[in-house]
Amino acid sequence: MSADTPASSGGELSPDDVDDLRAQVEALETEVADLRSEVEAGSADEMVIVATKGTLDMAYPPLILASTAAAFGYDVTIFHTFWGLEVLHEENSKNLGLSAVGNPNMPLPNAVAALPGMDRLTARMMRNRIADNDVASVEELIETALASGVELQACQMTIDLLGYDEDDFYDGVTTGVGAASAFQEMADADVQLLV
Amino acid sequence: MSMETATETLDVKGRNCPMPVIETKGAFDDLTAGDVLEVVSTDSGSMSDINGWAEATEGAELVDQEETTEDGTAVYKHYVRKAE
Repeated sequence: MSADTPASSGGELSPDDVDDLRAQVEALETEVADLRSEVEAGSADEMVIVATKGTLDMAYPPLILASTAAAFGYDVTIFHTFWGLEVLHEENSKNLGLSAVGNPNMPLPNAVAALPGMDRLTARMMRNRIADNDVASVEELIETALASGVELQACQMTIDLLGYDEDDFYDGVTTGVGAASAFQEMADADVQLLV
Repeated sequence: MSMETATETLDVKGRNCPMPVIETKGAFDDLTAGDVLEVVSTDSGSMSDINGWAEATEGAELVDQEETTEDGTAVYKHYVRKAE
């Protein structure tokens, strides 16, 4: 309350004071109602994932989380950059590699894992295991994500850098986007992940 | 909750995470108010996942969940009602 509030005798308010207060309350009520409708009309919850990896194992977490978030009613964008583009590449996504070297959880010593053809072998073993466990393929998850309304974006700078063509990607993939559009969406999002 | 009260059934047996939740959401969207969707899954994670999805989804009420066995395989049943 401002310092110039009139101190009427006996602590009672004059009719003018009451009118002033009533006007103030009304103004505040209008402001609260405006703010409330602004919040309620505000867009749905949003999630942005930046996907930078193109190995078979790392293709899964972004796609699974994105489709799940879409089922929770989120607007979801995955921004694919660097090797993450492999996941959106229609042909390459069916043959994503898995490195046998440098992964201490692989049941192979690095010296053996470094032999020619080992990456391809471990990728094939992993792919078989995925199929045996009724886990969806990368291709199926991409189709599910697109059908769920997930926006799959391919970073234009890395498309050019890695020498891809826009037609190499799945139908429905957005190209021609850069860091600024990704950042803008991240700034507005409720969940932001770098994978 | 029994089979009789479910108005729709979604069979996601043999599908693993995240598909049970995603397909449940798709089938739920097609329900009319008051309908009860029965989701039949073999994914043990669906017990927690569909519970979490229903809690976060407006208008979705998880009426019941049960674990049974069919032909020696564990089967998880979920009953989701769409609010009136």
